[in-house]
Amino acid sequence: MLIELFTDYTLRNVALGSALLGIVSGALGCFAVLRRQGLLGDALAHAALPGICVAFLLTGSKAPLVLLIGAALAGWLATLLLLTVVRETRLSTDSALAIVLSTFFGFGIVLLTFISRSGSANQAGLDKFLFGQAATLVAEDVQTMGLLGAAALLILAALHKEFKLLAFDAEFAASLGFPARGLSVLLTSLIVIAIVIGLQTVGVVLMAAMLVGPAVAARQWTNRLGVMVMLAAVFGAASGVSGALISVSEANTPTGPVIILSLTVIVLGSLFFAPARGLVWDAIRRRQQRAERLSD
Amino acid sequence: MSSAMVILLTGVLVAIACALSGAFLILRRMAMMVDAISHAILPGLVAGYFLAQGPDLLAGFAGAVLAAVLTVSLVEALQNTGRMAGESAIGIVFPAMFALGTFIVSRYFANVHLDADAILYGNIEFAPFDLLYINGVNLGPQSLWVMSGLCLMNALFVSLLYKELKVATFDPGLAAALGFSPALIHYALMAVVSITTVGAFTAVGAILVVALFVVPAATAWLLTDRLAVMIALAAAIGALSAVSGYIVASALDASVAGSIATMTGVFFGLAFLFAPQHGLVARARRLQRQRVEFGVQTLLVHLLNHEQSPNRQAESAIGHLSSELRWSASFARRITRKAAQADLLRRSGDDLSLTTQGRTEAESARMAEQSDAR
Repeated sequence: MLIELFTDYTLRNVALGSALLGIVSGALGCFAVLRRQGLLGDALAHAALPGICVAFLLTGSKAPLVLLIGAALAGWLATLLLLTVVRETRLSTDSALAIVLSTFFGFGIVLLTFISRSGSANQAGLDKFLFGQAATLVAEDVQTMGLLGAAALLILAALHKEFKLLAFDAEFAASLGFPARGLSVLLTSLIVIAIVIGLQTVGVVLMAAMLVGPAVAARQWTNRLGVMVMLAAVFGAASGVSGALISVSEANTPTGPVIILSLTVIVLGSLFFAPARGLVWDAIRRRQQRAERLSD
Repeated sequence: MSSAMVILLTGVLVAIACALSGAFLILRRMAMMVDAISHAILPGLVAGYFLAQGPDLLAGFAGAVLAAVLTVSLVEALQNTGRMAGESAIGIVFPAMFALGTFIVSRYFANVHLDADAILYGNIEFAPFDLLYINGVNLGPQSLWVMSGLCLMNALFVSLLYKELKVATFDPGLAAALGFSPALIHYALMAVVSITTVGAFTAVGAILVVALFVVPAATAWLLTDRLAVMIALAAAIGALSAVSGYIVASALDASVAGSIATMTGVFFGLAFLFAPQHGLVARARRLQRQRVEFGVQTLLVHLLNHEQSPNRQAESAIGHLSSELRWSASFARRITRKAAQADLLRRSGDDLSLTTQGRTEAESARMAEQSDAR
């Protein structure tokens, strides 16, 4: 199996693509989670659909890069609208997220059905973004994903101090003269890149977990941001690769859902058994304390 | 009944059912919980299918409602561990449930028709062909019966528990002090929302359910400050979105559910821009009016302060106003014009002097300012 990982063309692409997604979304997800924007990724993933459709309608091309640019632009527009609604109305962030998510996606579905019924008929490549089809990844896709992901990670590394400050105390950052708003937009843009990478692999619905899961799992093991980001990347990559391996070795197992299920196992394991914060140790400690108190 | 009529009516009924309890979801900041529920019921539907050995309305319903309750409890349990924020808990639970559902479907029901697209955006288009039979008697389209039931349930829930819901939403502490448990109300709301979601799921799919619950209610909240009016408006906007969405979908030959969701967004956008009190345009105009009013007041007080001073004339020149009050020349001219129009000052050339009315107004403004300062 492990040798096939390096020799089998399909398996290598699927595993590489999923690992890339895990690393990028794991690292970036840490900042989203710490800024309490865990579900932003969910909204942006849904909002990307109309962007993909419009890009196809305008260019007639299904090249990954064209569709991904469409997705990124739509994600951007959605972010902008989201921030405007939160700033200008009394609606909560949570309502604004749900509004943007569902109306953008609804419009995307209108476009998708319009495209498929208007006879151009080769929309077949578009609906794989709904559920993701890691199994259809080819070397070209993986290269595009690798380039995008590397760019996102480089920016993250270059600005990690600024992002750290933004994540823990945005007002302090602003008072020090950092362009807090610009940094926030940049960070969101990087998250859009992670989503764009994820759409082809795990699809719209499961993307939320790829951002939130690794970060929450990593948080249980450490109190240091740097370690948390590294760990989240490792957890993301591990669930990506194990998902790919399991789904290829067993018949009738879709890659995306298996990746998310592996990730869920990691999250639950960390939640219960992480050294300092694990719930199991908590429960044991409490029981001991009660026993001590009773014996006193 | 024509099939177009059945689709239209189904859409309207779903929209109204969702909008009724949607108002409380907006006010209680639980909009994304609906998103979680609507995705997480998939494994429940699958389990129902498995137990009933085929598509069965009741088994599917029971499984899905159980899954919904499980989702809400799991999210709350994760939040209560204190190890993660609320929205992170949602972001972990529902993808896991959804992944479990799709996993089981593709692994064990690979040959069964459980259409993936239908899960995401429903198949309201098939509503006219899915007929309800009881003891072999054809009772018409099943969707109409289900959705009417849901509408009735939501209407009863909201009207019978109106006071309780209102108090528990706006002041949970008072609700507890008055002797009814906010937690009980919370779970009752979650149960009603779950059942409604499951019913609406078959018509409009997992994601568009969210649009129907959240968007009309949010739109209504931008239009009114009264809860009862908000609920009624939400239902009306939901119904309007369903009708206009159906018309758009027929014109474009596109998905009906998608069009309905898009129309809810269009109505929200209109309210966001043009709502009488809370709309962007109304607020910009209010701000503008206040700026002018304040400017006129400032000008009057300035003139009053310098009325006795020897260089009164220089103090009132437009150029001086803009440097002393830090106004642009055009703003200074505009304020002067407004004040003159309101007969608060007289201008002869560059010289401005207060009218009697203007002086009274300036004196009262100055007194208000002084008492504020004190």
